[in-house]
Amino acid sequence: MSEALLSAQGIGKRFGSVVANEAVDLTLRAGEIHALLGENGAGKSTLVKILYGALLPDTGTISWEGQPVRLTSPAAARRLGIGMVFQHFSLFEALTVGENIALSLGGGERMKALGKRIAALSGQYGLPVDPDKVIADLSVGERQRVEVVRCLLQDPKLIILDEPTSVLTPQEAEELFGVLGRLAGEGRAILYISHRLEEVRRIAQRATVMRRGRVVGTCDPRTETTRTLARMMIGSDLTSVVAPVPPGESAPVRLAVRGLSLARGIPFGVDLEDISVEVRAGEVVGIAGVAGNGQNELFQALAGERGSMPPGTVEVDGKDAAGLGITERRRLGLAFVPEERLGHGVVPDMRLSQNVVLTRHRTDPELRRGVTINVDEARAVAARVVYRFGVRAGEDDPVAGALSGGNVQKFQVGREIDRRPAVLVINQPTWGIDAGAAVVVRQAIVDLARTGSAVLMISQDLDEIFEISDRVGVMADGRLTPLQPTAELTPEAIGLMMAGMNAAESPAPADAH
Amino acid sequence: MRIEILKRPQNSPLMAVAAPLLAIGLTLITGAVIFVALGKDPLYGLYVFYVEPLTALWTIEELAVKAVPLILIALGLSLCYRANAWNIGAEGQFTLGAITGAIIPVYFPEWNSWMVLPLMLVMGAAGGLFWASIPAFLRVRFGASEILTSLMLVYVAQHFLDWLLRGPFRNPNGFNYGETRIFQEAARVPILIADTRVRIGLVIALVAVPLIWFLLRRTLAGFAVDVVGQAPRAARFGGFSRNKVIVGTFMASGAFAGLAGILEAAGPLGQLKPVLSPGYGFTAIIVAFVGRLNPVAIVFAGILIALSYLGGEAAQISLRLSEKMARVFQGVLLFYVLACNTLVHNRIRIVRSPRPASAPAAGSAVEVGNGNR
Repeated sequence: MSEALLSAQGIGKRFGSVVANEAVDLTLRAGEIHALLGENGAGKSTLVKILYGALLPDTGTISWEGQPVRLTSPAAARRLGIGMVFQHFSLFEALTVGENIALSLGGGERMKALGKRIAALSGQYGLPVDPDKVIADLSVGERQRVEVVRCLLQDPKLIILDEPTSVLTPQEAEELFGVLGRLAGEGRAILYISHRLEEVRRIAQRATVMRRGRVVGTCDPRTETTRTLARMMIGSDLTSVVAPVPPGESAPVRLAVRGLSLARGIPFGVDLEDISVEVRAGEVVGIAGVAGNGQNELFQALAGERGSMPPGTVEVDGKDAAGLGITERRRLGLAFVPEERLGHGVVPDMRLSQNVVLTRHRTDPELRRGVTINVDEARAVAARVVYRFGVRAGEDDPVAGALSGGNVQKFQVGREIDRRPAVLVINQPTWGIDAGAAVVVRQAIVDLARTGSAVLMISQDLDEIFEISDRVGVMADGRLTPLQPTAELTPEAIGLMMAGMNAAESPAPADAH
Repeated sequence: MRIEILKRPQNSPLMAVAAPLLAIGLTLITGAVIFVALGKDPLYGLYVFYVEPLTALWTIEELAVKAVPLILIALGLSLCYRANAWNIGAEGQFTLGAITGAIIPVYFPEWNSWMVLPLMLVMGAAGGLFWASIPAFLRVRFGASEILTSLMLVYVAQHFLDWLLRGPFRNPNGFNYGETRIFQEAARVPILIADTRVRIGLVIALVAVPLIWFLLRRTLAGFAVDVVGQAPRAARFGGFSRNKVIVGTFMASGAFAGLAGILEAAGPLGQLKPVLSPGYGFTAIIVAFVGRLNPVAIVFAGILIALSYLGGEAAQISLRLSEKMARVFQGVLLFYVLACNTLVHNRIRIVRSPRPASAPAAGSAVEVGNGNR
């Protein structure tokens, strides 16, 4: 084994009273793919930001090729040879690939020369990228390739990737793994952050596992099982979701969407085209698909956030809901959980009890006394949700923004399920939350369905789709495939539907404007 | 060395109290510097401005007289600003409230019933409400910036008043001065404390404080105001109409400003004149923010700013400085209040330069603010 390329010793970082990292040691060697494993909130992001110079550690030292260094800014990290591909892309949608890359390089290089370099690099690594295409026209997978190419143009010795496969189809992920293998083969080190254990076992030679801000172990993931890795990550065995038998075809349809088409409301949005889906009492219907294919538009349309729609396109228990606003839809028995928690589903600076009032003020008469709010009842509902869904809150009735992502999600899911809605529409139920909270949320979804409600779950997490949905449809480019029983499908088949329709429908090469 | 501004995980309750006090302290220091620059003794200047007015009984009365309109208007404005709707035109709504409220004493000077004053107050509030509903409507219907339209309507209102005073409202026995007749006794706001200038407007302002507090903390309407202001997307998700909130808060703040206008006209002034206020409607914006949009704190902010008006008058006499000094102090105070409010949501960290011993490789690195925001 070669000597350490980067070595971090005793890294510590606090945010107020929260310990994000404590006594963290990490060693990266040239030519290895090193996985950084941990639940959400385990301190992975903090550590990575420190390694990339975006945060300064409170304690500890970092050595690069044997020399102690101080990474005071991302620019300093880049100069040493550390590159990073972020989970959330930082690309300007209205600019071309080449323009975006030129912006980040900052030099006075001519566009033509840069274009040649991009083409050469993308050929070398099998990362097809067209420098003249506008970002808005690219799929999520293509955008990630742009990020990777942009990173590689700086010829980094260490490449950090943050949850790179969370936005990819299985096939696209496969291609990425090939590229990573080639990069490692050239002697570059790769730090791969993930919580997907199967992936890590396949591609990484070493893994560092973090829990609650500390490193709990380093191992060779190839010799571990998914179960042993999960135990290291979580500290205990993970319970799995119990899903009883789904209802038969005779169960009544509670949510029916028929021939729903809706033009995009914002630039770079997606037009919904002829969406039809029926959800029966007792079942969970999953909508799979790569992010950005119309899922958010579908959610907003169902929630009535996009104004009224042609009559008959949305029905709840046989009643037409298409012309109704979000409040009237809730009164018909619909409940909604959006993907964005803070700022959409909950107000971060308001207390949990106030956030109960936010969505339930017209459906729960007890929450109101005339024009005033029944504060005691709101607190009681909030306390009930906190208790039933295991929301970890530091104090009684804290502001929502003080909770971790997983706990906010447990709260906003619990807030709706506590109403016992006829139909629950939920978008990305476990996006960005820890594995323990994800199990709670998924179990709650299944339990709600089995009591006779209908659940429409939009998710880009295929594992989740397979774990709890009874039937599944795939969204691609604003269209939805007919539903099929999940049991009759494989991840590869769904992946092909996600990508296949994309390829067939992808627009002709856009002219550079 | 560099200075970083970091978002606090939670708002600091300490800073919520300390920020306005810090702003006042910085204003005093800046004021002292200005006095020095003008060749005046800074301590004496500050004494004249902020202490002397509190040493005599009549100036304390005067403080109450000036604080009443400021507090009333600022209470209304705080509703708008909480909802992220920017009513800058309270001065115009104040003027229109005075005009509509004055219709009875101008046209029915002989009517001496107990009903006169309550009717005038209602009409004054209605006039301000109407004037404020114009920019709200333009904003909701056409997307016009309410900041500009509400501000421009201030000048429309003032010229309208000017025209009225030269024409329909002119005092028939007023030797052609542009003023209305003096209001009859039944149309005057009664004196609250005998032998002072303090009128029952003070009671109205103080009653409004708990009402606004109750509205914000306990009612669904107040909840809607806060949700729309803090998280418009969540407000829509909750089924609250942003447009309704904008129109509602504008109307409420217009009514408060209009009420303040007629209380002023039928109170200390006793008639309509071309200049009704020393800029109460604009100064109330500062009051609202110094009070951090909190109804109780607005009372104290109103008193503080009223003090700077009196200080300005005193400075004119004792220091021979322009009364515009009061405006300078108010502006400086607003500047510091807004700057210090940043500290409630953020903290400042001073990062020392890297120690040379530990930074051979990155020692040459350019120091830039961190990018994780």
